[in-house]
Amino acid sequence: MKQYGSGYSLFDGYFKAMQTKSTHFLEGTGLSCIRDDRVLFKNLAFELVSGQVLLLEGKNGSGKTSLLRILCGFREPDFGQVHWCGEALNNSEFYAQMAYVGHLDGVKKELTVLENLKMSLALSSSGPYSLNEALTKVHLAGYDDVLVQALSAGQKRRLSLARLLITKNVLWILDEPFTSLDKHGITLIETLMTEHCANGGMIVLTSHHDIVLPDVDVKRINLS
Amino acid sequence: MSLSHAFFAVIRRDLVLALRRRSEIANPLLFFILVITLFPLGIGAQPHLLQAIAPGIIWVSALLAAMLSLDSLFRSDFDDGSLEQMLLSPHPTSILVLGKIVAHWLVTGLPLLIVAPLLAVFLGMPNHALGILLLTLLLGTPVLSLIGAIGVALTVGLRRGGMILSLLVLPLYVPVLIFAGNAVQMAGSGLPVDAQINILISILLMALVLAPLPIAAALKMSIN
Repeated sequence: MKQYGSGYSLFDGYFKAMQTKSTHFLEGTGLSCIRDDRVLFKNLAFELVSGQVLLLEGKNGSGKTSLLRILCGFREPDFGQVHWCGEALNNSEFYAQMAYVGHLDGVKKELTVLENLKMSLALSSSGPYSLNEALTKVHLAGYDDVLVQALSAGQKRRLSLARLLITKNVLWILDEPFTSLDKHGITLIETLMTEHCANGGMIVLTSHHDIVLPDVDVKRINLS
Repeated sequence: MSLSHAFFAVIRRDLVLALRRRSEIANPLLFFILVITLFPLGIGAQPHLLQAIAPGIIWVSALLAAMLSLDSLFRSDFDDGSLEQMLLSPHPTSILVLGKIVAHWLVTGLPLLIVAPLLAVFLGMPNHALGILLLTLLLGTPVLSLIGAIGVALTVGLRRGGMILSLLVLPLYVPVLIFAGNAVQMAGSGLPVDAQINILISILLMALVLAPLPIAAALKMSIN
């Protein structure tokens, strides 16, 4: 089998995924991003299978967010391809298996905490946790009927991270998830991430904080 | 969750949001009423002239009121990241966007229909034309929302897209204005208006089918 796969990096990823008894893998090959005539990164390749975390590091403006948005399918890479389980990103199967928390929280400030989560659920399919369980997990229990505009920045962030728990997904794409979180919040998210990976999930994230994930296979890519 | 569930969830969410920021709905409606009530004052005691131009006044005001309300269609979703989340849904964006447009029409188009007969009487429009006026508004205002949404989707990523938006959208509004205004005028004179109504119906159906796809594509470009 190895001989067949050796010529095709795509198959390599597939076999690696088979070895770890999972069928999900994310792969980028020869990725380049050009913005305003500046090359942010070029010829970037990575491979991610279930249970792994990909941490993107780099200076401000080194293209971390651009890469994440390419992985979300918002942006086409200028060169190269991204594949999810061997297929191009633009299909509903990929979107049914991923969740994204970006710079913007993606919650409506005029809606209550619960209304926001219900909306996220309606746009996706239900995941491992019920709404109330997820709120308890992110320490927002009892805030169900509070308008989001009354929440602090950290609470808002935790609410947007709760979206990861209530929807069905394998791949988390997180852009600076620790922004405006306190020490407890950061530990909380690290716990959730470890749990997600233990359950066969995978995560791509950028972070300025040093993340502590002792039980997880963390891959690092430095973009600068 | 199923697509129809997502579709109605989008409508429900936008209606709740509209209810919680009422000034946004009131604005276009107030504009509509003010412009129409100012015309008799500006023209003076010439009831026949007023009666003759009443269909035009009402339709031009409706068109401008619709333009005024357009920006709110995607603006707040774009600013708070809800739009990104909607595009990441496994459901087709075009259908979800159609939900947003339906909600937008319910809060900005439908109120015009409710006050229009009263304002038409102010302007001395003959009673037998009122039914046709309502019918043209019922068929025409959804077209204004649908076509306008294409323009908003294209310009929502621009910082000052207001001017471009009107330039983009107004020419496309002209056919609706011509056929609707003409239908009401003819109805006032007791002439048959089947042709105009049929054309308005076909414009509405075409917009309903053809608009959501370019809107979804344009939104994807705008969030880039």
